[in-house]
Amino acid sequence: MSLWISIIVAGLINYLTRLGSVLIINPKRMSEKTKQVLNYVPSAVFPAIIFPAVFLDLNENLVRLNDPKVLSILVAFISGLITKNLIVTILSGLICFWILLFVIF
Amino acid sequence: MYTKKNSFLRGVSDVLPLMIPVVPFGIIFGAIGIELGFGPYITFATSIIIFSGASQIVIIQLLSAGASSIVAITSSSVVSTRHLLYGAVFNQYLNHLSIYWKLGLSYLLTDQAFAVSNEYFKENTENKFKHYHLIGSGLTLWLIWQFTTLIGIYLGSIVPDELGLTFTIPLTFLALLVNYFRKIDHLIVILISGLLSILFYDAPFKSYIIISSIFSLLVATILIRFKKK
Repeated sequence: MSLWISIIVAGLINYLTRLGSVLIINPKRMSEKTKQVLNYVPSAVFPAIIFPAVFLDLNENLVRLNDPKVLSILVAFISGLITKNLIVTILSGLICFWILLFVIF
Repeated sequence: MYTKKNSFLRGVSDVLPLMIPVVPFGIIFGAIGIELGFGPYITFATSIIIFSGASQIVIIQLLSAGASSIVAITSSSVVSTRHLLYGAVFNQYLNHLSIYWKLGLSYLLTDQAFAVSNEYFKENTENKFKHYHLIGSGLTLWLIWQFTTLIGIYLGSIVPDELGLTFTIPLTFLALLVNYFRKIDHLIVILISGLLSILFYDAPFKSYIIISSIFSLLVATILIRFKKK
């Protein structure tokens, strides 16, 4: 039973984090400057998801620079800059990762 | 001409590339839930009640490792706090809607829906049906997430560990962010956030995401001031 309660409470709080700003903040009273800062939200949040997943191993140590994850994210990055295509970026990184994992290493 | 239907369908098609990471992640979550002994009902309900991959993994891993409910709920909630930032951005586009719309749309506000609908909102500010884009992207993610959770629950880890498919998560966020690397001010914010996330990775309750986000937004504030001069 306590499992259910934990999941439901976590779900409620998670929902409130999604709803909170939408309900509370009045964009008409938001300054121009705040709106400008909000343009940086993807650049501020997404790297905190990307970097640990690429540069830390399962034991939370920094990986080497020739780690398959680091090399593959670099390939994805370059193909993303060139093609500006979401699917090409993800697949190029993934295919490079598999080649390094199964063929070379 | 903007219509409800074409805004909705654009949301669906914009989010489709993100199925490459979402499908294996959903299956992995379903399988982990069963492996950790939560049973099919709780595992499936978690995907419906929380509907956020990262928060779900955090809470079931902590609960199964014997952490107290308070610690597990706190960690999962701290991981969720980034949504407050997404909501603040979307509020500029959704504020004219009724409370019912806001209650419904908020449930669909995941990382992936935020990323694709934010790009659409920025380019289509004059579309009065633009919230249908978020329904399209959010609902597609919701359906696929529930469906793949079920696959994981009933078929187990049909996604072999060796494929390293969790690597698709950073790949996806990089793909969503790649165009921002072209601008020097964004590049600085990105690098600072990334470095801080590594430095603060051990911070309590998985708070490294929100710490890195808030600090790099402060840096953005300074950069904006600098750009004006």
